[in-house]
Amino acid sequence: MTDPFNPYLPEVATILETVQETHNIKTFRVRFDDEAKMAAFKFEPGQVGQLSAPGIGESTFVINSPPTRMDYLQFSVMRAGEVTTMLHGLNAGDKVGVRAPLGNCFPYEAMKGKNIVFVGGGIGMAPLRTLFLYMLDNRADYGDITLLYGARSPADMAFSAELPEWTSRADVNTTLTIDREADGWAHKVGLIPNVLLELAPKPENTVAVTCGPPIMIKFTLEALKKLGFEDDQIVTTLEKRMKCGIGICGRCNIGSSYVCVDGPVYTYAQLKALPNEL
Amino acid sequence: MAAVKYIASDKLPDWLKSLAAKSRVLVPVAEGGGVVFRPYAPGCRPVFDSDATAPPKGAVFPACQELFRYEQGKDPEDPGKPTLKLIASTEAEPTVVFGAKPCGARGFLIFDRVYIGKKFPDPYYIAAREATVFVTMACAAANVENTCFCHWVGSGPADGSGSDVLLTPVAGGYTAEAVTDKGAALLEDPALADGAAKADEAAAVKAAAREVLGEAPDIAASPAALLAAFDDADFWRDQSDKCVSCGACTYLCPTCYCFTITDEPKGMSGRRMRSWDACMHFQFTLEASGHNPRPTKAHRLKNRVGHKFSYYPTLHDGLVACCGCGRCIKSCPVSVDIREIVQNAVARAKG
Repeated sequence: MTDPFNPYLPEVATILETVQETHNIKTFRVRFDDEAKMAAFKFEPGQVGQLSAPGIGESTFVINSPPTRMDYLQFSVMRAGEVTTMLHGLNAGDKVGVRAPLGNCFPYEAMKGKNIVFVGGGIGMAPLRTLFLYMLDNRADYGDITLLYGARSPADMAFSAELPEWTSRADVNTTLTIDREADGWAHKVGLIPNVLLELAPKPENTVAVTCGPPIMIKFTLEALKKLGFEDDQIVTTLEKRMKCGIGICGRCNIGSSYVCVDGPVYTYAQLKALPNEL
Repeated sequence: MAAVKYIASDKLPDWLKSLAAKSRVLVPVAEGGGVVFRPYAPGCRPVFDSDATAPPKGAVFPACQELFRYEQGKDPEDPGKPTLKLIASTEAEPTVVFGAKPCGARGFLIFDRVYIGKKFPDPYYIAAREATVFVTMACAAANVENTCFCHWVGSGPADGSGSDVLLTPVAGGYTAEAVTDKGAALLEDPALADGAAKADEAAAVKAAAREVLGEAPDIAASPAALLAAFDDADFWRDQSDKCVSCGACTYLCPTCYCFTITDEPKGMSGRRMRSWDACMHFQFTLEASGHNPRPTKAHRLKNRVGHKFSYYPTLHDGLVACCGCGRCIKSCPVSVDIREIVQNAVARAKG
């Protein structure tokens, strides 16, 4: 008899490479040690994983590499608490545990044929990156793609190695912005919601996907409403304290919706129907 | 199901001994000013005439449980390369929980919906559940306390759901009815005799206990009523005014199933543990950024009551995630009464 699937037991993986994105964001590129499991691994854009290291513990992060690029699974970790601080001490060659995929995904099938507006702030760019790259890898399936990505300063901008490509590609409209003027900055200066209003994407046949710090989300939602986006045309992905990641341990619920299995991706219309406890 | 059996009080140790020869038998015993479930040993004196202070939750869902062990090392071929080995076992010890009240055993029905059969069945829970048999003791009228409200939540003092055998106290001993096949097997023991002659007396004992509980208020409106009260901060401040966030209610609750996961390192090896956790604590939902979606005790008590009487029943065919045992009321240091909160919410919704 084979053992039943154990959802608490991580896959042992090795860190292939790390990227120090900013002073507090570090990217980990990992592969399962079991090559057969790596080859069989399937996930959808927006799904998350529990990344852990023995003795350090687990935390939830989006898989921010797309399923179209399976050389490694990428997690970008912002140093914020105990686990993330200790994860930052890991380097290439170190062993980690991965429990994935967990949670739901972006409605990337339903988005086919539509124009897409990405609005990402800070580390909130990580989940958007997965879907953005997935769409670039399936470019013909989607209409116009607009990316607005903002951070506090140029030094706070993760994925900087990829920004030249994102801003120069002819098949996407990328705008980068920072909060305040900085030396050598060749892009926009201004808060994300204000720049979004300036860009004024049209809501017709369009889906907006946004993620970022709560205050940015609040004003981005207001801006999108001002631009005429309906609640079901706005998609976001939530963060909550999680432990099990499989809908059991009981801490990430918003009313009867468990963010770890029913989310983390919700439309604004779905969020409005839930109790107000973000 | 098989016919009613009977066991005389003085034969009970024989039965317990024979059960204990084959598996771990947990019985309620007096300890530290309360009654808790402990392994049976010859000579121990089980307490059957009052409800245990703590339910037998730990029999299936231990307060602290190892999920796996890990061993870190170095590749002997290439010492620069770290290695990591994970070792997990979901095996569970065969166990008989003997003498819990129906409310204590019924708690696992609430667990089952969450831990079994969804997208991610929990192998630790399932193994322990399958390895455990419940020989439950129906309540007599004298056992019913003023904190009991099992009849509010679709249960009762002789509820066999969640149990394998139901015992009922009668003159000189107990009748024993099998509820499941697992239970019927336990009744094939020479210590038990035919109980047909005692069946009427047992039925009268059950009816008398039910009689003491009286009428249950109608709380069918509670799922909608609690949602309707969600944003009423004054209401929840009033309900939670006395609460000291100690969490006793959750630790003693037969249906509270939340847990946390932590690592216990010891040099290069260690283990990942899961332990009971409580939504009454500030840290339960505290995020690394400092943000907390449930920052006050009002938020947290709202979640506890809301989960049991609104969110869970909404997800599980109306089943209330409370077995009405009243432990949270009896053991609360400041007398928070979940019955009052539910009724207040229902009354608030009626306007």
